[in-house]
Amino acid sequence: MLLNKQERAGAGVWHEHTSMSGIVVEGLRHLYRPKRGAPVLALEDVTLSVGDQEFIALLGPSGCGKSTLLYLMGGFLPVETGLITMDGAPVAGPGPDRGVVFQHFALFPWKTVLQNVLYGLERQPLARGEREARALAFIKMVGLSGFENNYPSQLSGGMKQRAAIARTLAIDPKALLMDEPFGALDAQTRHLMQTELLAIWRRSPKTVIFVTHDVQEAVYLAERIVVMSARPGRIKEIVTVGLDKADPELTRSSAFAQMSDHVWSLVRDEAIKAQAGVGP
Amino acid sequence: MNALSSAVLRYSPLLILALCWEAAARSGLFSSSSLPPLSAIALAWVDLARSGDLTGNTLASLWRTGAGLGLAIVIGAVLGFAMAFWRGAETALSPVVELFYPLPKSALIPVTALWLGFGDGSKILLICMGCMLPVTMGAFNGALSADRTLLWSARSLGASRLRSMWDVVLPSAVPELLNGIRTALALSFVLLVSSELIVSREGLGYLIGFLGSNGTYESMFAVVLTVAFIGFLADQLFESFVRRILAWRD
Repeated sequence: MLLNKQERAGAGVWHEHTSMSGIVVEGLRHLYRPKRGAPVLALEDVTLSVGDQEFIALLGPSGCGKSTLLYLMGGFLPVETGLITMDGAPVAGPGPDRGVVFQHFALFPWKTVLQNVLYGLERQPLARGEREARALAFIKMVGLSGFENNYPSQLSGGMKQRAAIARTLAIDPKALLMDEPFGALDAQTRHLMQTELLAIWRRSPKTVIFVTHDVQEAVYLAERIVVMSARPGRIKEIVTVGLDKADPELTRSSAFAQMSDHVWSLVRDEAIKAQAGVGP
Repeated sequence: MNALSSAVLRYSPLLILALCWEAAARSGLFSSSSLPPLSAIALAWVDLARSGDLTGNTLASLWRTGAGLGLAIVIGAVLGFAMAFWRGAETALSPVVELFYPLPKSALIPVTALWLGFGDGSKILLICMGCMLPVTMGAFNGALSADRTLLWSARSLGASRLRSMWDVVLPSAVPELLNGIRTALALSFVLLVSSELIVSREGLGYLIGFLGSNGTYESMFAVVLTVAFIGFLADQLFESFVRRILAWRD
């Protein structure tokens, strides 16, 4: 209940929203059932309300269930206990209202960049020319013009993730679910992609749920950071970042350093526990 | 010109082997019946081709392999995908597949001859049965290898469950499926020639046996080399087909 209060207060700072809009998670519990061995409690008592067009980071050590929570929001895993709603309607499967970007890009390897971006558009009632124009516009936006006819295997990691982001943004989802999208990229590319993601989000605001284990990344990108504890995954604390994302010197400011230290102190204990392999 | 010269270079060991063959056969170390000179074999090949025996038997054999392999690919792929998509099919079929996979398929030669006689039917059935399982395994394993995040991507981009199966699982299965078909292709020639050697009155295998028992060894070797060349050509054609299909893999 304490977490609930904190979380609601945090949301109010940034967005005035009714309980109907955005993504709401209530009393969520999830058992992971491996093919062999006993079921593992992956998530317990997770309650979270994400405002419309809010940028949220899910932060925690590996095994804290942050990706599982994202997959449940995406409708890829069935909700067994608790409830997830998107704009008031229960999530009952994947849908184009929630676009997803995966860590390993999940581009269709047998399709070219253009064919990948067209895939979602082909499922929408658009004229052929309109689809093509829209796909090309998003390819241009992510800086992949000239690579329309390349296969994913011919692209670098950063370019693959750009293509995946273009494919997801092209269908104009209300929410963007990102599962460690920059985790597989080198440090320079990662930083560029973070900056671009913020620019895109500012241009066309969407609800973003961004899973990461990188404290700096979470502080740099998110309005609020949901810090999760490991085994079972619970919400430990929700931190309101409150930094000016438009400031180009942001990452060198003392406010940024202080916020990172604060969040890191919350995560550190969990990371140690996760490494030791014991629950709280 | 460059491609041609690199091809010549690539197959030059074959040329050297042919020269060694010719030299060994002419040296008198071997009897001319066990190792006739290549030049004599070439002449015998021309005679066979002129008489029409080679063409007729080749066409008969190609029809049998083509039909048998075609059926094996269609039935095998359908079974493999059914096993991957539908638990009932897997439960019913996997013990059967496990039992018959290691069976030497040539053991079925007398069985199919008993059922369908000495003609095309028994060869087609044999090749179909013998070549089906590698295709089934390829389709099954390939379909199971589909990445779940690809399926999830398709779903979240607006594809229905069925649509995402079609758009993701089938293309994901193609590389493994083609591997299975390549194994089946090689197997089909083995089964074709061995069944024609044993129970047939037509086909390249029959021709090899017939010429061998008649003592016309140059002609027999000519047919053996023809079979080798057809197998090589089929594999090369299949390879270039695969390269085109899997161009996206780089």
